[in-house]
Amino acid sequence: MQLTMRKLNGVDVVGVLAERIDAAVAIRFKDEVRAITSQSRGRVVLDLSRVDFIDSSGLGAIVAAMKQLDGQAALDLAGLQPNVDRVFRLTRMDTVFAIHATAETACPTHAQ
Amino acid sequence: MPNDPRSRTVGRPGPDRSGEEGRRLPARAGPRVRAAVRLQLSFPGTALSVRKVLQTVRTGLEPLALDPEETGTIELVLAEALNNVVEHAYPPEARGWITLNCHIAPDGLHVSIRDKGRPMPDGGPPLGQTAPLPETLDTLPEGGFGWFLIRDLSRDIRYSRQDDTNELCFRINLHRAEATAPGDPAP
Repeated sequence: MQLTMRKLNGVDVVGVLAERIDAAVAIRFKDEVRAITSQSRGRVVLDLSRVDFIDSSGLGAIVAAMKQLDGQAALDLAGLQPNVDRVFRLTRMDTVFAIHATAETACPTHAQ
Repeated sequence: MPNDPRSRTVGRPGPDRSGEEGRRLPARAGPRVRAAVRLQLSFPGTALSVRKVLQTVRTGLEPLALDPEETGTIELVLAEALNNVVEHAYPPEARGWITLNCHIAPDGLHVSIRDKGRPMPDGGPPLGQTAPLPETLDTLPEGGFGWFLIRDLSRDIRYSRQDDTNELCFRINLHRAEATAPGDPAP
């Protein structure tokens, strides 16, 4: 599982370069998000635009990733494809996470 | 009427699934006529095998020309049910095999999953009620969504244990699926 980290208008954006967050990678995903966000303060955006499948294990790993962030930090989600979005809605986890259309809309410039 | 001869098994890269294509095409092939699909797959009970099998199922369902949401539903429900077997029926030190059967019928996709692992606790599938959302972040559930999703997206769930074999059966509605069964009289 490959993750990327970039700054977008001052916000940490973690990109997931995998098509699936499923039972086969859920634990590794959680550990790698923790590692890559260890220096993050404030809001972190998880860019899921490349992910086209998530199961309950992957959903649990994202919830766990949010919980393990520093107490001051929040985890937002961006770029959910339809089948991913549906898992969040069915489990009502869409009420727990702030969900943005894209990483760019999640991180507007200060001028906006 | 006999079963449609175009019923076929895919998965194992069997050499012969040609030869019958084009035979007995429905005379009034409209959008509600679905191809007959029958899948049987046996595979080791590991998360990676499950991932590969889901890909095989997606490929096997292509003749049905399902919309992406239906395909997503099928993949999700199968993933949850199969990963439950991997995680709960077979302990890590005693991996076993899983057999998946799927076939299309007028009322949707019928699925059977068999394994020789531990029986379901309490003799039946969990209820999988929606986990109530706790007020505080720290107690948010990280699990327990699997059976909720299975129950939400499938119908007619039945579990049985015979000798040393578990079998879980269910059906997934396909919402355009007043699919005409092979051999049914045309409407």
